[in-house]
Amino acid sequence: MIMDFHAPSTIDELSSLLSNSSEKKHLLAGGTDLLVQMQSQIIEPSTVIDIKNISEMMEIKDDVDGFYVGAAVSGMTIIEHQAFSDTWPGVIDGVKLIGSIQIKGRASMGGNLCNASPAADSTPAMIASDAKAIILGSKGKRDMLVEDFILGPGKNILKSDEVLVGIKFPKKRNNSSGAYLRFTPRTEMDIAVAGVGVNISLGDKFQIEHAKVSIGAVAEKALVAEAAAKVLIGKKVDEEVIEKFVSEVRNLARPIDDKRGTVEFRKQVIGVLAKRALNIALERISHG
Amino acid sequence: MSDFVAYEDKKLKTIGTRPLRPDGVDKVTGRARYGADINLPGQLYGSVLRSPHAHAKIKSIDVSKAKALTGVKAVITSKDFEDMPSQVIPVGELVANFRDVTRNVMAREKVLYDGHAVAAVAATSETIAKKAINLIKVEYEVLPHVIDVADAMNEDAPLLDENQFTQGEIRVLGGDSTKEPVPDKPSNIAKRLTFVKGDIDSGFKDAHLILERVFATKPVHQGYIEPHASVASYTEDGQVELYTCTQGHFTIRAQCAKLLSMDVSKIKVIPTELGGGFGGKNNVYLEPLAITLSKIARRPVKMVMSRNEVFRASGPSPAGRTYVKLGLNKKGKIIAADAQIDMQSGAFPGTPLGQATITCFTRYDIENVRVIGHDVISNRPKVAAYRAPGAPVAAFGVESVIDEAAKKLSIDPIDIRILNAAKEGTQTYYGVKFPRIGFEETLIKAKQHKNYQIPLKENQGRGVATGFWMNIGMDTTASLNVNDDGTIAVSVGTIDVAGGSRASLAMMVAEEFGIDSDKVRVTTGDTSQLGFNFVTAGSRGTFAGGIVSVLAARDAIEECKLRAAKTWNVKDEEVVWENGFARPASTNVGPFEPLSLSEIARNATRTGGPIAGHCEKNVQGAGPSFGTQIVDVEVDKETGSVKILRHTIVQDAGKAIHPAYVEGQYQGGAVQGIGWALNEEYIYGEDGRLQNPGFLDYRVPVASDVPFIDVEIVEVPNPYHPYGVRGIGEVPIIPPTAAIANAINDAIGVRFETLPLSPPKVLSAIIGN
Amino acid sequence: MARKHVVTTINGDECDFLCESNETLLSVIRNQLRLTGTKEGCSTGDCGACSVILDGRLVCSCLTLAVEAEGKVIDTIEGMSEDGNLHILQRKFIEHAALQCGICTPGFLIAAKALLERNPNPTETEVRYWLAGNLCRCTGYHKIVEAVMDAATELRG
Repeated sequence: MIMDFHAPSTIDELSSLLSNSSEKKHLLAGGTDLLVQMQSQIIEPSTVIDIKNISEMMEIKDDVDGFYVGAAVSGMTIIEHQAFSDTWPGVIDGVKLIGSIQIKGRASMGGNLCNASPAADSTPAMIASDAKAIILGSKGKRDMLVEDFILGPGKNILKSDEVLVGIKFPKKRNNSSGAYLRFTPRTEMDIAVAGVGVNISLGDKFQIEHAKVSIGAVAEKALVAEAAAKVLIGKKVDEEVIEKFVSEVRNLARPIDDKRGTVEFRKQVIGVLAKRALNIALERISHG
Repeated sequence: MSDFVAYEDKKLKTIGTRPLRPDGVDKVTGRARYGADINLPGQLYGSVLRSPHAHAKIKSIDVSKAKALTGVKAVITSKDFEDMPSQVIPVGELVANFRDVTRNVMAREKVLYDGHAVAAVAATSETIAKKAINLIKVEYEVLPHVIDVADAMNEDAPLLDENQFTQGEIRVLGGDSTKEPVPDKPSNIAKRLTFVKGDIDSGFKDAHLILERVFATKPVHQGYIEPHASVASYTEDGQVELYTCTQGHFTIRAQCAKLLSMDVSKIKVIPTELGGGFGGKNNVYLEPLAITLSKIARRPVKMVMSRNEVFRASGPSPAGRTYVKLGLNKKGKIIAADAQIDMQSGAFPGTPLGQATITCFTRYDIENVRVIGHDVISNRPKVAAYRAPGAPVAAFGVESVIDEAAKKLSIDPIDIRILNAAKEGTQTYYGVKFPRIGFEETLIKAKQHKNYQIPLKENQGRGVATGFWMNIGMDTTASLNVNDDGTIAVSVGTIDVAGGSRASLAMMVAEEFGIDSDKVRVTTGDTSQLGFNFVTAGSRGTFAGGIVSVLAARDAIEECKLRAAKTWNVKDEEVVWENGFARPASTNVGPFEPLSLSEIARNATRTGGPIAGHCEKNVQGAGPSFGTQIVDVEVDKETGSVKILRHTIVQDAGKAIHPAYVEGQYQGGAVQGIGWALNEEYIYGEDGRLQNPGFLDYRVPVASDVPFIDVEIVEVPNPYHPYGVRGIGEVPIIPPTAAIANAINDAIGVRFETLPLSPPKVLSAIIGN
Repeated sequence: MARKHVVTTINGDECDFLCESNETLLSVIRNQLRLTGTKEGCSTGDCGACSVILDGRLVCSCLTLAVEAEGKVIDTIEGMSEDGNLHILQRKFIEHAALQCGICTPGFLIAAKALLERNPNPTETEVRYWLAGNLCRCTGYHKIVEAVMDAATELRG
């Protein structure tokens, strides 16, 4: 079978390609998931559309209402963007863990999100940051919180005529920061066995004013750990608070046993990571 | 002992220095040509259909649709290979039985593991070949399977071979070797080998401390980065040219000739640059298929494995279950040692049982020993050698129990090993009485090493373990030509498996002639150019290749002296060779100016013709090698993650010809051992299929996983090598598993008896405590 | 037309090729352009042997489609030495014995060059993490890390 390949240079061209037939089309950003699946003969796409020639997909913008990161911007481009890195260090933690330097040279946050792996490293950090997915379809634009974008393993909310254009981050809260930590057997080149994204802001008396926590690789998709975040709000972080926080995180986790980890191990480690990520975020706030 | 070459203690000019490696520029510029880099005009592309089942009867294979596809030029199944009777030959550290080899390269009655080859095609493109593979219909009758070695030994285990009855052999030191009675029921246990020295029962009776433990290791893959690749061309007159990446082109030729019932002389094997082997590239996989496809298609056929195929179908290392019992006196002297090693061999018999049993306790001088080994088949790919094959499986258990004994007796872990260390004159349980060896020296230097004195912090621990490998010699060939400008070309049958033997051999030849090593060029000859040369395995490359290169050089030097005698018109014995020159043996001979090698070479035509030297030899006298390693770890008690803080290797090289390459062997071997200890394992599902046939979930260490590996080279010369060389490549992989387990024990007080020491296992032990 | 025509620049030279649209860049540069210095170790982005520089970015050529090379600039190991002189990294790899079998070496050199262009003074840890996408089974990484750090020192002058 001969594969069709298109590389549109505008969103309009892309839209018309997407709506001109009902046949399944595979979008190519970094290709680090798509090509692995093609090479392993898991999929044999009939049409691949490269979205990297479309400017909206490839830009990082610092608007008055917060950062916008195009869906196909590569991980290394995001990491090297100083202003974005300074503003969203937790998201950068996640992006830095999307595979090797080579993988990040191509892989994008948008692709990481659309691929919808429960272990995607940038997703919990995006969720904790209240990031929104910007979606364009034949009926126009819509957006939604990242946590609502993913439905389950390998499944996202996009309809066949829709595409993720970019990710919109809110304006950063005063006195806030974030962190993402994951656990892998090796130090690099691995898939998260458990991952935690945290974003918090502190009030003038060092109490936690806002907290959002997301846990990855411990359920069918990245979860918002609302009950755990609630434990923190209004409190100064001390051992007792941390203990309650950790236990809430563990309660929310509903992992499976597989070749990468056991239920018991994932439950244990997710709590450890949550505590450590919280401490890193606090540390980052105190260092301004 | 006339076959031995004696060590000569002399002043050295080249040996021990660090010249740049001759293959360096080709490798840093991308010029070096590996298996998959070879292309022949008009070549087709081959692809293999592999079994999706762990164990199944092949009921039928329908290749008609594949054959009919445009672009397909040949399709083969087991019907294209003759059945072979049981016949065993050595290939590398292991042996091959042709009844099994022909079934391993192409499944015959049954498929015996996930990934077992069932059919192959050759087509005009890779895409067409892959498409054709998917058009082949195989009807299977799925059979119950067994993966784990302990399960395979159970009486009610599914049998892989209904005609296999355990062959037992008992070797008593100082007595006869006896065969055990053949059992009346077949089993998955192919072989049982027992070594006995002294009387363990009386030894244990006198013991102050007895420890008895059972350990288990997982099979791991050699993990070479270059997948197997071969290009074969079969001509109309029945000649074969085969390019392949291998550790032993002569044994590949022998195996192909046997499997394909061809004359050895009709097959020429040209070895490509080798992208890693570590024991895994001694066996045929693609080669007989590529030749057969080429024979049918009458065009060259290129075959390259995918990484998935490498993991599923090429040999991993053997693993096993090891029972160890040690009896010690109050001072820590081991007075009795008993072990049983159950080695899993994969789908066919032929695990490195001998090596595992021989190396088990051999670092130590023990009066009463018994070691039993089992060779057990199960539904996994047939094992291949992997760096010191068998030894790490045994050493993990033995070195862990010694560590536990040291702790219980409050003796320093190095001191207890010094107390028990084998020395010159030690009688091993397998028969050899050690000549001069350097084990004790490695222990003493390890104890004095600055890294052994560094204080440890909380959750950090230090572990020690040792390793031994006997090393081998075997058939080895070299042909040396003195070029007309006095430079030297040496063609050797020994493959440079990456360690830099081309450089080391050039250095030894240069030392003999007394010239610079960059005037000597060593290349690997193909099978048509030299006599049979055994595979590069068992750490024989620099040792055995060195001996024949040195003897070939001496052969040529003798000829150079004759030419000088002729030039000066003096008697042959009146000429000596010194530092690159022929000189009169004394002032009485005459007032002759010394003749340089280049002068002699320039005049060779006038003095009798080209000057050459050669050597073909079954090399004897391999010197055993010993090493001690110290590992410091830090355990994250909340996640079970183990970090290697420091890793120190003290190992006897006999003589380091090129110290940088010796360091490289030590460091590389140790990091392979770290991988084996911490994360590497074959993971099988309930269905008997391999779940991690890729580098993502088969976790070899990456650069950020390991620290710098500190190396101290000990040099206790091998008395049977002209420069004292001992093989060094195998030993470094042996100690890490136990050293790391011992270090973890030191850090958190938990002793692990199964590998890998992965975070879930470590954490659950910490929480359990 | 079944096959796509692609015009690109490789190691400074303009070049064009025809490829299937699902073919990888690695396949084209190795099998069509015969630039076999770039190696295939896994085809899944896990070993780094196929590393090339694509428009200034270090990438795995096994996870890049050949058609994506249109109008791009690609650097492979064959273009690393200049005017017949080895790049400092190439020289240091030989001097430090930072290679054994050499199959991973081109990928390591390409990756290390990308590192030193961004970070001329990396720490040992930074070198190790940057190179974590390149597997080496022979050396244990020790001499590779030494060679890269020594090359960095010499490049800084």
